[in-house]
Amino acid sequence: MIIEDMILSNVRNMPPSGIRKYFDIINEMKDVISLGVGEPDFVTPWNIREAGIYSLEKGHTHYSSNAGFIELREEISRYLKRKYSLDYSADNQILVTVGGSEGIDVALRALVGPGDEVIIPEPSFVAYKGCTVFTGATPVVINLRHEDEFKLTPELLEKAITPKTKVVIIPFPNNPTGAIMNREELAAIVEVLKDKDIIVLSDEIYAELTYEGEHVSIASFPEMKDKTIVINGFSKTYAMTGWRMGYACGHPVLIDAMKKIHQYAIMCAPTTAQYAALEALKNSDNNVDEMVKEYNRRRRVMVDGFRKMGLDCFEPKGAFYLFPCIKSTGLSSDEFCEKLLLKEKILIIPGNAFGDCGEGFVRACYASSMGNIFEALKRIERFISTIGN
Amino acid sequence: MEEILEIIEKNSKYTEKEIAAMTGKTVEEVQAAIKKYEEDNIIVGYPTLINWERTSKESVIALIEVKVTPQRGEGFDKVAERIYKFPEVKSCYLMSGGFDLTVIVEGKSMKEVALFVSERLSTQECVLSTATHFVLKKYKDKGTIFEEKTRDDREAIFI
Repeated sequence: MIIEDMILSNVRNMPPSGIRKYFDIINEMKDVISLGVGEPDFVTPWNIREAGIYSLEKGHTHYSSNAGFIELREEISRYLKRKYSLDYSADNQILVTVGGSEGIDVALRALVGPGDEVIIPEPSFVAYKGCTVFTGATPVVINLRHEDEFKLTPELLEKAITPKTKVVIIPFPNNPTGAIMNREELAAIVEVLKDKDIIVLSDEIYAELTYEGEHVSIASFPEMKDKTIVINGFSKTYAMTGWRMGYACGHPVLIDAMKKIHQYAIMCAPTTAQYAALEALKNSDNNVDEMVKEYNRRRRVMVDGFRKMGLDCFEPKGAFYLFPCIKSTGLSSDEFCEKLLLKEKILIIPGNAFGDCGEGFVRACYASSMGNIFEALKRIERFISTIGN
Repeated sequence: MEEILEIIEKNSKYTEKEIAAMTGKTVEEVQAAIKKYEEDNIIVGYPTLINWERTSKESVIALIEVKVTPQRGEGFDKVAERIYKFPEVKSCYLMSGGFDLTVIVEGKSMKEVALFVSERLSTQECVLSTATHFVLKKYKDKGTIFEEKTRDDREAIFI
């Protein structure tokens, strides 16, 4: 038996992450400032951690119902209503998942298979393409454009739709670009989609990290409500990445289908994390405000810093990433990041790791202390000034 | 404009240039705002938070509950002033509840603090009684946890 042949071809052919090598380098290096990892640098607020600990002390160590504790689903329902004017019933329209990622995976598994097409705007989170390929469906990539500030436009979407299109992923606020879509821009997308038999998978994991105006969910358009699955979670908002807590909301039929896969594959999301998440929703608005304020300051510092270096950098209005263009340096994204790491010990991620159209850009994550950010900007500036010397 | 205050309350070492970048204002605007805050006594000082326990300096801190008789026509303010003007008094707050003033006193030794209480504080005409509590250990002060290490232990993961 050739053991490699036992692996499914769509799994075998999935290329390993191109940035693995950077992680290997930084493991051997001291004093690297990493603006590479896409997770909050904050520790989960104490009241949330304490609620998790307390649940363990009380012996709450059993499974929850498949969809998650009803109290948690009710709280999620109230939260979505008060924040984004979304109406989802705790009874049959909310599924608590293991991070937002599981929601993306089970949604795609419930909806698509060989012969179906999934439209994925890029640059974006790598899991969309990966999860699509694993179902046997075909990813159809939309190359978002710098001149549109990496927003999805109705023209680009229209061109990508075919009779085989079953799902469109709407990933805003966006990782890696920091782009957001306001109500008007979403309305134009709704015009394209409202009369088509296409499900929207709206990944809103960064919704609270919106720095200008309010986050708008595409599901808040009445004509889209029934055909949208909203993915959200606790990782970014409450600095709870390691707890693995997310949720999916949508039409009862869609959520029920997702729940079937979830219950066979996962059973239920971790109980301790669910208790912590409940506390997060109930009593952590102030913590979130503080973190968002701090991210916003860092965002301004980063945009200001990169622009002063002469790099073309549109203003990201969401998430915690900057996506400056480095074409003027004459280096490829990969060369830029590797040289920067070796010369100045700063880790940022090449833009093409998030899709081919990210070539010529880099992703710098500002979920790092202000001290680190000032130091990193200094070193990047020094690096750019020596290119070509 | 209060954002500038929030920023320097956490770290007064930021330069005006850095504060300007954080707030999206010009350096001149930041300078003008800080100058105004200083003039208006909104920014009243720039002390540094020091964990003296890790140094060789000996010092003792006591929190003293003080009951006083407010002076006719002057209320508590004059009474408090007589007390907080002593350099040994590091903080002084008017309280609601079971006593009137919280007085935080620092000295080189317990004896020095005790002497201050018995000879300077209790002897004030307006002071009815005092209850002195010595601080054994500072865990957290001004929102800062003293022994906490802030190490970035995030692992390399691709997201």
